Amino acid sequence: MTDLLNMMGIVKEFPGVRALDGVDLDVRAGEVHCLLGQNGAGKSTLIRVLTGAHQPDAGMIRINDEAVQLNSPTAAIQRGIAAIYQELDLVPDLTVAENIFLGHEPSRYGFSRTHEANTKARSILQGLGHPEIPTHRSVGSLPAAGQQVVSMARALSREARLIVMDEPSAVLDPEEVSNLFRVIRGLTDSGVAVVYISHRLEEIREIGDRVTVLKDGATVATGLDARETPTKELIQLMTGRSIEYVFPPRNEVPDTAPVVLEVVDLSRPGEFAGVGFDVRAGEILGLAGLVGSGRSEVLETLYGARRAATGFVRVDGAVLRPGRVQDAVKAGVGLAPEERKSQALLLDEAVFKNITVSTLGRFASSGFLNSRAEREEARKLAVALDVRPAGVDQPVRNLSGGNQQKVVLARWLLRECRVLLLDEPTRGVDVGARSEIYGLIRSLASNGVAIVLVSSEVEEVLGLSDRVVVLREGRAVHTGPAQEIDEHQVLDLVMEGSAR
Amino acid sequence: MSEANTTEEGGTTASKQDTVTLPARPRSRTDLLRSGFGRNLGLVVALVVLCLVGVATAGDTFATGANVLTILRLAAVVGVVSVGMTFVITGGGIDLSVGAMVALASVWATTLATQQLAVDYGWIFMVSTALVVGAACGLVNGLLVAYGKIVPFVATLAMLASARGLAEIISDRRTQIITVNSFADFFGGSLIGVPVLIWIFLLVAAAGWVVLNRTTFGRRTFAVGGNAEAARLAGIEVQRHTVALYVLAGLCCGIAAVMLMARTTTGSSTHGQLYELDAIAAVVIGGTLLSGGRGTIVGTVFGVLIFTTLNNVFTLNNLSISAQSVAKGAIIVVAVLLQQRLARRSTSS
Repeated sequence: MTDLLNMMGIVKEFPGVRALDGVDLDVRAGEVHCLLGQNGAGKSTLIRVLTGAHQPDAGMIRINDEAVQLNSPTAAIQRGIAAIYQELDLVPDLTVAENIFLGHEPSRYGFSRTHEANTKARSILQGLGHPEIPTHRSVGSLPAAGQQVVSMARALSREARLIVMDEPSAVLDPEEVSNLFRVIRGLTDSGVAVVYISHRLEEIREIGDRVTVLKDGATVATGLDARETPTKELIQLMTGRSIEYVFPPRNEVPDTAPVVLEVVDLSRPGEFAGVGFDVRAGEILGLAGLVGSGRSEVLETLYGARRAATGFVRVDGAVLRPGRVQDAVKAGVGLAPEERKSQALLLDEAVFKNITVSTLGRFASSGFLNSRAEREEARKLAVALDVRPAGVDQPVRNLSGGNQQKVVLARWLLRECRVLLLDEPTRGVDVGARSEIYGLIRSLASNGVAIVLVSSEVEEVLGLSDRVVVLREGRAVHTGPAQEIDEHQVLDLVMEGSAR
Repeated sequence: MSEANTTEEGGTTASKQDTVTLPARPRSRTDLLRSGFGRNLGLVVALVVLCLVGVATAGDTFATGANVLTILRLAAVVGVVSVGMTFVITGGGIDLSVGAMVALASVWATTLATQQLAVDYGWIFMVSTALVVGAACGLVNGLLVAYGKIVPFVATLAMLASARGLAEIISDRRTQIITVNSFADFFGGSLIGVPVLIWIFLLVAAAGWVVLNRTTFGRRTFAVGGNAEAARLAGIEVQRHTVALYVLAGLCCGIAAVMLMARTTTGSSTHGQLYELDAIAAVVIGGTLLSGGRGTIVGTVFGVLIFTTLNNVFTLNNLSISAQSVAKGAIIVVAVLLQQRLARRSTSS
């Protein structure tokens, strides 16, 4: 088989960072080529070079043995390269069909042909196994999984020869993922190459053919067999050290530990109903469920970011007014939201400002801030949580996903939260940093914080929590200690509503 | 376990070395450009060039102490408005109604009734009337934007229309002459050789800088403008803060109205015409991002000085107002182009 794409010695520098330092990547037609690497290893930058969004400072790109210059995204598209980005790049107010054909709308004499676009879009969606997505609806009204499908349909509408998928499974349910794999297999059978990026090794084993591993902006291994290469070896290549994917040991939560958070009969029409649970100081409670089961909604409601229709939330015995974030924060509740970048971080602001933003009052006397004290406290936390790079004056944007998450945790740590709500705490966090985040969460609990954890990874919920609540279609179908239930039982509950 | 620990430590030291050595080299230049001093350097250069042009073309009249004071006096009024505008824009909004608020405040503070009160009890009544009117208009703006969920552009556009209309109704479209001597004496006077108006401008600018850069209020302004959702989830009262920003802008307009009343010894519904454009232009060329989240008072002050000096140079050379406008437009475009280049450089990593 000949190579469809060769990238050789790609170098890309940004002010202050050498993001890529000699990357090689060979992709054959009809294969699924997996790209592995920790956050900050340079995967995203490499993809941006490949899709023409960035210009490399050195190196060569060959497509079908022909040296090419990808000066712009348009140039890459013309060469048959399409990408599905991690942060979906759709226009929310345009319709599904308009998004799919954005930039190459079916037209005649300059007038767009809506009917033709809709028909074509429908047939592409059909091929993707999603004929139910209405082509005339606006993309913003679709759920995340639906948007992902539209994004993929857009890539297909370009008749791409090589499709880059940057963590396509991050927002998908297990069922959706298997559908995605079916689509990918269909693509590769027709000779399309797929570059697949994911943090989930099991997915790579299932769908991948070959693996290239990046570390610190350079290729450390290429052409590895996706199915046969041992996990240990892959992790070692990615991290440069050998670690197991481990959860910290649980600590006993005595029955005498005070109940810090009480959630009673919480409901929001169309989202969830009658959800209730208690969390004691030092306890980690996991919420498991599929996308759309209401798990994130429950979390946001008890934080006050959504207003509960019925039911109430008590922290240390005091009832929180519904729909008031300020109340929750005052009572000592903190939220690390699912969408870190859009919901938690001020990306262009310095690390220390992101850490202190919820605790400004402590650093101020009659409104005046003492920046030195702020930096000092932030620096202590950054060191304690091992945020890298260590400088607290650089913008948060420069940090990797795992380190950004640490900044969010540091914010609530500084506030000395009583209750911490974690929504997908390891989303977009690489394998090496995950264990660190797990350890951090557990040590917070050991210090008496009550923690509610939401994760789409059942393994994570079970491994980290003391107790689990399983949600299915907005209702709690099971509550019990995490040790007494296994992954299969949870999946049964989530899919069927009962444990077999 | 112990093995794992040692390798991990090895990894740590290695990467720490990386972070220490790597960034040093290419940063220095961009860091300088991005730092407060560097960003303002361009503005300083622009101002100096303008002054050189002034000296070259009208040296005998331009480079006099009296002319410098004239420039500063003219800059003072729109400068105070621009400081308020900087807050609103940094917080992610915009205020088109500043000129109209200045007009309304000036008219309300110079009605016969207010002037009579001022004669009886002191000029403080005229000043406080202007401030209250400005702040009240700002409050309405803020409530409409924060709680009425009206886009700032539209909400303040409505205020622009109705505030000036109200000013015309109150004044019956007549210019109201200020007869309170104590008012004119105080605000028309000087302190250590510098006109009171300029002192006020300096005070407002200094206070604005302190509030924006050294207080929780300022920090929250950046947070709200940079990412409102993140600010809300971090526990900041975004709506209340937004209201406060517009009230602040209104208050600045009230101060500006007082200054304008002092300079012209009148209150009029035509005061503050097109101040919104002058203020926004000054804020933007100063380096504040129109999209919010980044703002600088020092830049704004330079922006105001550049435009006022430009006017002055053109006037001294007997060039038309129209020519001034063309030059103004060109300066805005060049400044924003430069700003974008810097912004791109700083976010590309």
